[in-house]
Amino acid sequence: MTMQTGETAALTVSRLTKTFDVSAPWLNRVVERKPRQLLQAVDDVSFSVPAGGCLAIVGESGCGKSTVARLVTGLYRPSAGDLNFANGRDGKTLRAQMIFQDPYASLNPRWSVKNIIAEPLRELKLRTGAAEITERVEELLRIVGLSPSDGEKYPHEFSGGQRQRISIARALASEPEFLVCDEPTSALDVSVQAQVLNLMRELQDRLGLTYLFISHDMSVVHHMSDRVAVMYLGRIVEEGDTEEIFARPLHPYTQLLLQTIPNVRTPNRDREPANGEVPSPLNPPSGCTFHPRCPLATARCSSEAPKIRTSSSGARIACHMVDVEE
Amino acid sequence: MGEADKPVIDVRELRVEFPGRRGSVTALSDVSLSIKAGEILGVVGESGAGKSMTGLAIQGLLERPGHISGGEIWLAGRRIDQLNDQAMEQIRGREIGAIFQDPLTSLNPLFTVGAQLGETIRQHLPVSKREAKLRAIQLLRDVGIPSPEERVKQYPHQFSGGMRQRVVIALALAASPKLVIADEPTTALDVSIQAQVISLLRKLCKEKQTAVMLVTHDMGVIAEAADRVAVMYAGRLIELGPVEQVLHAPRHPYTQGLMASIPSLDGRVEKLSQIDGSMPRLDAIPIGCAFSPRCSHAGPRCLKERPELTFAGEGASACWLNAGGTA
Ligand SMILES: Nc1ncnc2c1ncn2[C@@H]1O[C@H](COP(=O)(O)OP(=O)(O)OP(=O)(O)O)[C@@H](O)[C@H]1O
Ligand SMILES: Nc1ncnc2c1ncn2[C@@H]1O[C@H](COP(=O)(O)OP(=O)(O)OP(=O)(O)O)[C@@H](O)[C@H]1O
Ligand code: SF4
Ligand SMILES: [Mg+2]
Ligand SMILES: [Mg+2]
Repeated sequence: MTMQTGETAALTVSRLTKTFDVSAPWLNRVVERKPRQLLQAVDDVSFSVPAGGCLAIVGESGCGKSTVARLVTGLYRPSAGDLNFANGRDGKTLRAQMIFQDPYASLNPRWSVKNIIAEPLRELKLRTGAAEITERVEELLRIVGLSPSDGEKYPHEFSGGQRQRISIARALASEPEFLVCDEPTSALDVSVQAQVLNLMRELQDRLGLTYLFISHDMSVVHHMSDRVAVMYLGRIVEEGDTEEIFARPLHPYTQLLLQTIPNVRTPNRDREPANGEVPSPLNPPSGCTFHPRCPLATARCSSEAPKIRTSSSGARIACHMVDVEE
Repeated sequence: MGEADKPVIDVRELRVEFPGRRGSVTALSDVSLSIKAGEILGVVGESGAGKSMTGLAIQGLLERPGHISGGEIWLAGRRIDQLNDQAMEQIRGREIGAIFQDPLTSLNPLFTVGAQLGETIRQHLPVSKREAKLRAIQLLRDVGIPSPEERVKQYPHQFSGGMRQRVVIALALAASPKLVIADEPTTALDVSIQAQVISLLRKLCKEKQTAVMLVTHDMGVIAEAADRVAVMYAGRLIELGPVEQVLHAPRHPYTQGLMASIPSLDGRVEKLSQIDGSMPRLDAIPIGCAFSPRCSHAGPRCLKERPELTFAGEGASACWLNAGGTA
């Protein structure tokens, strides 16, 4: 589907859908005569992640990125659709580990760093005996650029970047081959972000990791990924090779994202304060959900949802107005 | 210096201390900066560098026991750092407007947007209720909210995030303040909305000749909006200058490292350039240059003597390499 020949997919996701029931409590609904309300957080999403590669998912707040991450790591159950993991090096089905955005909230403040990292080792019985566990914890701390003595400390004694290193060490403890990283550097300063991104790239090469990388920062995505999927209100609107999409974005939304994001190197100081809002996912626009903001929209766009089509170059686009050579 | 060139806000050698059980922590030292009417000063730096603290000190909002322990703050020719709480209360809103990161903290969910704008206007300006209402509608129109006559009757939760932040901007500008302090005003917004809010702030600042202190860690925002940039590190200013210079020809090794570490949208590199280590904690700032443990240019002098912020042309930096001597 999206794979080029010769590549194998570590994960293939087909027609994944997640619906949340966000209705008011039953009694309120009856009293206020409100209907049941469903929120389609992820809507018929298909993609695959090349083994040893990095697929990034970008899009604005609420478009469903974290929901995809949670579906992939098994924290949510799909409402419909399939997730197919390939077999790992040990012949067993791959499992995904998650690295979260907020390195503080995701680390237990009352546990020492050593215990935080040792937990998956104990849980999965990957190492037994105090000596073996200590040895592995120290090894993991070194892998992420911390010192073995840091194991005795507590999360609050570390800076944001160091805390994110601890989360990475913990994720690596279970020896995953597949990591889902949900905005791993969004809470960090740019200088710290560079340290963490460099570490993630180095680990990918060294340990042969596959990444599903989630971010709203286009320059970070550009740096990290081989392929990009752009999401809008729960759907993928464009997906393809990273260099290709950044050089020639086809979908009007991808174009808008690339134009509207303030860029250090090519700032637009004469920008007119245009209007435009991200619609509510509770009440998504008809047809192509992007049509109210789209400069190319026609009557068809507001009535009919575009199907995702694959071009000869392997890019996938969901837009009525973009010519796709199929 | 002509009248028009006089700074709206002039901070001179500001020092802020937090006394504690284990002695006093100096959160800001020697911070000197000024902003003219119609000028946007961007303030950048790592988390904990003192950006918000500088804004809070100017507004007289330091959390006790923190206090100003040195220096002076002048607002439109009047010294304000020694005023009492009541006098500062008068100044906030009337002469200094504030925009914070999360629009919800600045808006009261229980009152309509119109009521909140009207109240702020009447608190600071001698106008009738009717005039205040008309002014509120005009303010919403200024910040680009469609059908403001209808919108004034609505509550904050009926606005989207980007629109709420526009309302907060309207609120900050309600009494036509001379200075607006915007601390991370777009961080909580959608990426595609950020640029709108920033360009709006820039447009209003130019039209109304407001001085703006724009605190953000987003270099893209700085590049689009700021006229000049101040870079902070460990409670001090380490570089100050026109935006193109600070972003594209930075003089301080920290700013150079910071700019180089931003991933580019053009070419792709295997490894980003990175500054190793982290900013020191305030109670463990090394003697000499605070950046010296991370600096690849550090020489013997950097480890012993602290470099002062020194001007060369329009820009200034605090680094021995640029001070004429040797590091
Ligand atoms: N557990 C839940 N219950 C109900 N609705 C949810 C739940 N989790 C997410 N949603 C809704 O699903 C939509 C997608 O949310 P999601 O967190 O996946 O977005 P996101 O793309 O990760 O956004 P952000 O960039 O803000 O992190 C949103 O409208 C959100 O409010
Ligand atoms: N109440 C307090 N008592 C003691 N120190 C404090 C207090 N509040 C803040 N500080 C310290 O003052 C320093 C400056 O904080 P400030 O909030 O100005 O940072 P900032 O540059 O705005 O960072 P960020 O980007 O994270 O918002 C920090 O090191 C912080 O720990
Ligand atoms: S003063 Fe020295 S240590 Fe500090 S930034 Fe300049 S060269 Fe580096
Ligand atoms: Mg998310
Ligand atoms: Mg701050």
